[in-house]
Amino acid sequence: MSAPTSPAAVPDAVVVHARVEPTAGLRRRVVTGLLLVAVGLVTVLGWGLGSGPGDATFRFGGGAAIRLPDLTVPGTATPVLLGAVVLALGAFQLVRGFRLRRTPVVVGVTLACFVVAFLAWAMSGRAGGSIDVVQLLQSTVFLATPLVLGALAGVLGERSGVVNVAIEGQMLTGAFAGALVATLAGSLGAGVVGAVLAGAAVGWLLAVFALRYQVNQVILGVVLNAAALGFTGWAYKALMQADTERFNSPGVLQPLPIPLLSDLPVVGPLLFSANVVVYLMYVLVVALQVVLFRTRWGLRTRAVGEHPKAAATVGIPVLRVRYVNVVVAGGMAGLAGAYLSIGTIGPFTENMSAGKGFIALAAVIFGRWSPKGAVAASLLFGFFAALQTLVGILPTPAAVPSSFLAMLPYLATILAVAGFVGRVRAPAASGEVYP
Amino acid sequence: MRRLRWGGTWLVTVFAVVGALVVGAVLIAVGDARTRDAATYFFSYPWDTFTEAGYAVRDAYAALLQGALFNPALSGTAALGPISETLVNATPLILTGLAVALAFRVGLFNIGAQGQIILGAVVAAYVGFAWDLPAGLHLLVALLGGVLGGTLWGGLVGWLKARTGAHEVITTIMLNYVAVNLLTFLLGLQGFQRPPYGQAISEAVAPSARLPLLLGPSLRVHLGLLVALAAAVGVWWLFTRSTLGFRLRAVGANPDAARTAGMAVGRLQVVAMAAAGGLAGLAGASQVLGVTGSVTGSVAGTVGFDAITVALLGRNNPYGVVAAGLLFGGMRAGSVQMQSATGVPVDLVGVLQALVVLFIAAPALVRAVFRLKPGGARAVGSELSAGWTR
Repeated sequence: MSAPTSPAAVPDAVVVHARVEPTAGLRRRVVTGLLLVAVGLVTVLGWGLGSGPGDATFRFGGGAAIRLPDLTVPGTATPVLLGAVVLALGAFQLVRGFRLRRTPVVVGVTLACFVVAFLAWAMSGRAGGSIDVVQLLQSTVFLATPLVLGALAGVLGERSGVVNVAIEGQMLTGAFAGALVATLAGSLGAGVVGAVLAGAAVGWLLAVFALRYQVNQVILGVVLNAAALGFTGWAYKALMQADTERFNSPGVLQPLPIPLLSDLPVVGPLLFSANVVVYLMYVLVVALQVVLFRTRWGLRTRAVGEHPKAAATVGIPVLRVRYVNVVVAGGMAGLAGAYLSIGTIGPFTENMSAGKGFIALAAVIFGRWSPKGAVAASLLFGFFAALQTLVGILPTPAAVPSSFLAMLPYLATILAVAGFVGRVRAPAASGEVYP
Repeated sequence: MRRLRWGGTWLVTVFAVVGALVVGAVLIAVGDARTRDAATYFFSYPWDTFTEAGYAVRDAYAALLQGALFNPALSGTAALGPISETLVNATPLILTGLAVALAFRVGLFNIGAQGQIILGAVVAAYVGFAWDLPAGLHLLVALLGGVLGGTLWGGLVGWLKARTGAHEVITTIMLNYVAVNLLTFLLGLQGFQRPPYGQAISEAVAPSARLPLLLGPSLRVHLGLLVALAAAVGVWWLFTRSTLGFRLRAVGANPDAARTAGMAVGRLQVVAMAAAGGLAGLAGASQVLGVTGSVTGSVAGTVGFDAITVALLGRNNPYGVVAAGLLFGGMRAGSVQMQSATGVPVDLVGVLQALVVLFIAAPALVRAVFRLKPGGARAVGSELSAGWTR
């Protein structure tokens, strides 16, 4: 081997010995590390040492044909052990620092440890405490479905540069139209279509006022929500309450178990025995993820949302892309509304969306403007809502104010936008007037 | 030039109200059973449909006016009842509308008035029933407690924005829910909940902390109205006569320029949100100390969101907010009379309110519909940053 003969010689290959990956800055590392340690301490001291005498039994029923055996773990040792895991994560973050890329994993593991430890503690109040994990997850999916659909609507709108604060109003209008159309037409399928169209109509209003009349989009969203709340409330009292038989008795969408798949343990009752709206949601999640990141339309949508001028320069019709996306998004939020009325209980009631649209908006941001993230965030929020109802009936050693459990998703969102859980960046042109 | 602009603004406002009333009339007609019956034989006697619709609309709007302003059927003190109800409804709307408008002027969108009202109401109620102070002082301390509660809740938003860049729209929405859950928790807590602990209602505020009624015991209008008007004057003074107000407006007009000119933009945002929260907290305190006398889960009602429409209709000017608060307060008061007299649901007013603001927010639309000359009114909310990023 001889040294290169001339300085201009080009090496045959570049050998990468080590890739330098960024870790968080010192200040943030310490803050997040301390946060993890605090969570670990709560887990060990609160859930572990504060536990009762009983063991914790996790059942996996949920009505599937094939069942998994129950899992019984000691009520004290489990939270202590899981807390130790979180403490170790915190210590590592303080001393060395995780790679930024690992943030979702670390957050996920921490959350899982915390929740399982909490459940073990909650069951340890007396001997024989048990919960059905599948049932808990079932109600998670049940509560998360409207959030997922609403969040997808938010993602689609914002990716094309239109802030959709009106998800709530689109949901409410969808729920109303679903019940009304299903009753008038005598067909639940027509109700679903009606809900989608009604949501799309509100989306169209949003698009016209935001894109043609260039109204500030956040204000517009708030105003549309108020209009939807007033209109559906008026119609409910003026039409539906006066003649329930004729206007508001739609019936409920029945679950359609998928043969074979619905017999599988855990996933069967969880995912494959739902009604048509839930199946539509699965399709939409996958479709949106593919469309946004693998198709020409998705590329155009993202271009329009990040830099509309550049997009226009290469010939993309900015406003048309935005119109289509916002109207389609409205339809998705309308579908979420259909789930609330005819998908769950049947008749419409006043203000039945009850803030779910705003939680979906939080899920959009928590999920960092991606369909995958929005689904994960919605499931997380749904899980906490399910947990909140469950904790009320468990023999916990000490009373847990369920209000505090209910606060957790909102506090988590605040922490997320404040940048404690990784950097959150919106599409650059989201909400801006064009041209 | 200034006069021309004013003309445009006023015209757009008037036409927005007219347009909303027209849409509302259509809704009233559709919701009226007699009109719907007449419409079944529309093609044989079309005129019947229109006369029935006309009667329904006339009766409903007449009842709305009677409930808001003056009812010829009443006499004596009761004749002032509608006006009193209008003012009672307008008081929290004015205070909270000022809270939203103040933040708007600094380029911040305060959707969190709802939570700030709740915090103000909670603290004011706690001071009102738990502390034992002489009459005048007790009221003052309770009101200040309400201001403090709202200030902290709003200031937190400003601090998060200034420190971490967290967008205030998201943090305020989230803090609204946190406040609601906090309230639910408190209403189940011994020491806050009223014995015998069956209902979700707080202990009753002591008489020494209640806001005195202005027009005798039979009418509900209370001193909070004057507090609200004073607050409006205060905000007007702040923005037009003080250095701090100048700085705040500068941040609202162009934060980059303000920063270049040496202003501490972050600190001013905290101040603005804290002040806005204080005003909303004062609204909560005034509701508890003046109207309800205790806190329930619905203490804030929908005031926090209605206040956004009040601020927009008032174009973020203190006197505009007072006028808009009186208008919407009157509509709220009248809607109760309208529902009981003609069966038209109170929710109609919510639609009217949203439509007025929608039309005002899109002056281009109003001009197109009523064929007004272009120019003049600026779109409301144009001082806000549009996206999440700035």
